Order: sequence, then C-alpha cells, then structure tokens
Amino acid sequence: MPNYSTNEFKSGLKVMLEGDPCAILDNEFVKPGKGQAFNRVKVRNLMSGRVWERTFKSGESLEGADVMDLDMEYLYNDGEFWHFMLTDGSFEQYAADAKALGDSHVWMKEQDVYQVTLFNNAPIAVQPPNFVELPVTETDPGVRGDTAQGGNKPATLSTGAVVKVPLFIEIGDVLKVDTRSGEYVSRASA
Amino acid sequence: MSAWQPTATRTQLQRRAELLAYIRGFFSARDVLEVDTPALSAVPVSDPLLTPFATQFVPEGGGTAQHLYLQTSPEYPMKRLLAAGVGPIWQLCKVFRNGESGRRHNPEFSMLEWYRPGFDCAQLMDEVEALVLPLLPASAVARLSYARLFADKLDLDVFSASVEQLAACARQHVAFVGELSRDGWLHLLFSHVLEPDLQQPTFVYDFPASQAALARVIEDEQGRPVAARFELFVAGVELANGYWELSDAREQAARFAADRAEQQALGQTPRAPDEHLLQALEHGLPDCAGVALGFERLHMLSAGLTHIDQVLAFPLARA
Repeated sequence: MPNYSTNEFKSGLKVMLEGDPCAILDNEFVKPGKGQAFNRVKVRNLMSGRVWERTFKSGESLEGADVMDLDMEYLYNDGEFWHFMLTDGSFEQYAADAKALGDSHVWMKEQDVYQVTLFNNAPIAVQPPNFVELPVTETDPGVRGDTAQGGNKPATLSTGAVVKVPLFIEIGDVLKVDTRSGEYVSRASA
Repeated sequence: MSAWQPTATRTQLQRRAELLAYIRGFFSARDVLEVDTPALSAVPVSDPLLTPFATQFVPEGGGTAQHLYLQTSPEYPMKRLLAAGVGPIWQLCKVFRNGESGRRHNPEFSMLEWYRPGFDCAQLMDEVEALVLPLLPASAVARLSYARLFADKLDLDVFSASVEQLAACARQHVAFVGELSRDGWLHLLFSHVLEPDLQQPTFVYDFPASQAALARVIEDEQGRPVAARFELFVAGVELANGYWELSDAREQAARFAADRAEQQALGQTPRAPDEHLLQALEHGLPDCAGVALGFERLHMLSAGLTHIDQVLAFPLARA
C-alpha cells in the first residue's frame, strides 16, 4: 500500500495507525506563526469503531490500509459465521464473525444486500441497508381500529431486534424499519 | 454553493472595508506613515519553518532569469525604511506562506505590520491594545509571561525543564505520534494545550530565548535570558506577534547562520541571507518595536467567526 502524507489526510482516506485500519474523519492544520506545523487528526478505528485523536508533525506519513467497502448479498448464518456473496457476479463468498457484525446482527435478512468492509480481504464490518423488512414474532395483541395516533408497544422481530410499534401491529406483520435509528417506519406493502 | 461564488457574505465584505478604514484612521491620527514595500523579494525568508512561494523574473526577449520569492512578511524591507530614517511606519499588505491552509490559515492573507521607533514591548502592547479593544467584546487585555503561563497551567519550569520532561508532559496532554526538538515540544504544548484556554484577550510576553526570531534577547525580572517578544491571543487564536527589534547586525548575521544550519538539518536548500537587511542594520536601525497582526483573524474575531473562509472572498480552494 502507498504511504500518505498528513496533507493528503482527506476525510474517508483509510490508513494504518498503531496496527489497526482507520478512516480519517477530520484533519486540522495547526501552526504557530513562528514554529512547528502540526496536523490534528480524528480517525475512526475500523476494528473497534472508536474515534481516536492523534497529532502529527506536518509532513509525517502513514501507510494506506488495504480496506475496501463492497456490496454483498447475505446468504445464511451457520451458528458461528454470517456468510455473504459478492453481487458483482463472481459468486465469491466471505464469512464474517460476530465481531465484524457488531450491532448489525439484528438487521440481517437473507437475500438483502449489505456493505461489507474488507481489511486484508477479511470482513471487519457490515453495514445494513438503510431500511430492512422483517416479520414480528412477538408483541401484545393488536388493538383493532386504532390506526390513528396514540400509544405504542414493543415488538420483537424475527432477528431479535425490538422496536416500538403502533398498537395495531400484530404477530406476523412484516415491518419496514430504519436501521440507522432502529425505528419503525411502516407496515411493508405486500 | 458553486465554486465560482465568494465564501464571505456581503456583510463581511463590507465589514472588511470598514476595518480597513478604521485602521487607516487609527494610524493617521497617530502620525504613523503608511508605506508600501515589494511583495517580491530577491531572497527567501530565513525562518526554516516558513516556506516561501518561489518564482522567477524572466526578461522579455530572454536573458538570465532572476529567482524571486513572495514575501512571508514585509519585515525586512520595512526595517530598511526604518534604517533610512523614515520614522514610524505601518503597512497592510498581502503575504504568502506556502503549505499553510486550514480553519485559520490561507496561503495568501493580509498582514498588518507596524514599527515604532523609541518603543519597547510594553509600549507597543499598549498600542496594540488600543487598536484591537474597540473591535472585540472585551474591556481589557491581560498580560502574562510565557514562563508564568507554563508554570500555572502545566507546573513546568520552561527554563530548567529537560527535553524528556517536556516530552512527558506533552504526551500526558496530547496523543502525539513522533519525536520533536525542545522547541518543538514547547510549540506542541503551547498550540494544543495552552492556546485553546487563552479565550480572554491576553498578551504573552518574554518568550524563550531560543524562540527569539528577530527579537533582541534581554534579561527578565529574575535575570534569565528571554526574547523581548510578545504575542496576542484572543478566543484561543494567535492574533499578533511583536518584538523589541534586534538591531545588532552581527547578532542578526549569527541568527541567519543558525537558521541556515537548521535548514540543512531539515533537508532544505540553504537560503541566502538578506544582505540588504544586514547592511541596513550596519548602517543603524533605530531602537524600535514592531508587530505583525493577522488582518483576517482580527476580522474573524471582531465578527465572532471561526473559519477564515468566512472573511475571504475567495480562499485557496476557489482561487
């Protein structure tokens, strides 16, 4: 991988920092009128998801990280790994572990397309689509006719995700959920 | 917004014009002469931590090209005017610093610089205060020595602390990757830890002798050698830098030589000393103090803005 100098640290650039792949979030130039120039850099550690702040002398460089975001179809879970297949027609498959899935595991639906981040060709993160449709497996009985405003209740979806839903929702309903906020959007149109 | 459009609002363009008029009035009332010196210089700035833009004069029809550099400050030619006996002078001009771009930096910006024969740092701080206070939401400017600031905030004695002590203190406060010189650690601590806390207008004075630049070295109240230099900070922003000017030609030549050694250590092409300046100092620079103030930063601070693009019609990205 090529090296990148502090002046090339644009938002989104992936670099190696202290052994982990990191994505640059912000890069501030700090220089006293008379004195050393610094770059104050914010990165997201792609392994832990944590935001780090580091300061470098301007002109220092870091090795680029071999990181790619690729679209993959989710195939199945074998109890330990979640299996994905590239959507580019190559049928190439990748297995992601629970650490790579992180909080995304509650939004996994077979045949949906996810953005999988590969580091040195191994999945390290899985980004669900903004909306997924999942069936309700558990909720209090529906209140018929109450389709207007007023109240909500928890509903458990097939993946184990729990979302707040209107009172009229029943077991078996398929719901459209926003994965970014974890909020109910609507009943899925059949 | 499209890239052809200005980044400053019309209100700020007007504010800039008003500030210019205010500054002209300020110096006119004090009988300080407005001057103009060339932006192109035959020699590059000596400070190894400033990078000039380089260009060439090529005679029409051919001939030997002459290397020229855009000024990083008008300091050298203004000192030549002082040595020629023109008296107190001021100038507001474009200066150019290669590589500097960010929230508070644009590679081309306006510098307000003035010189006062007969003044020392304390007197010039009074005048800077008189200029900036009416523009800021503050009623006074605090004054604090560099050593006191480090002692109060970091419990460090800047005179006796070793490189290792400075590094250890800096690493406690800043997640810094790499190694630095003694002054490098001081710059890191100052810019990352101390400067952000200088919210109320504050003059910091008596800098380490190693950071004298073009200031004379004097003894502080405890008899320790310090640079007769001050800086003004407002809202965590470095706004002005002033010196009780070095006038000793031999000492100036020694500092040029030290700069050249540092340029070589940094792998830079050694920069020739400004012989015109050395000759002017040999002729005799009147005892004087001078200060440089970032005009766009003054504008930003007076308008409560935090990004230099907000006061520039067209910053680097739209040049």
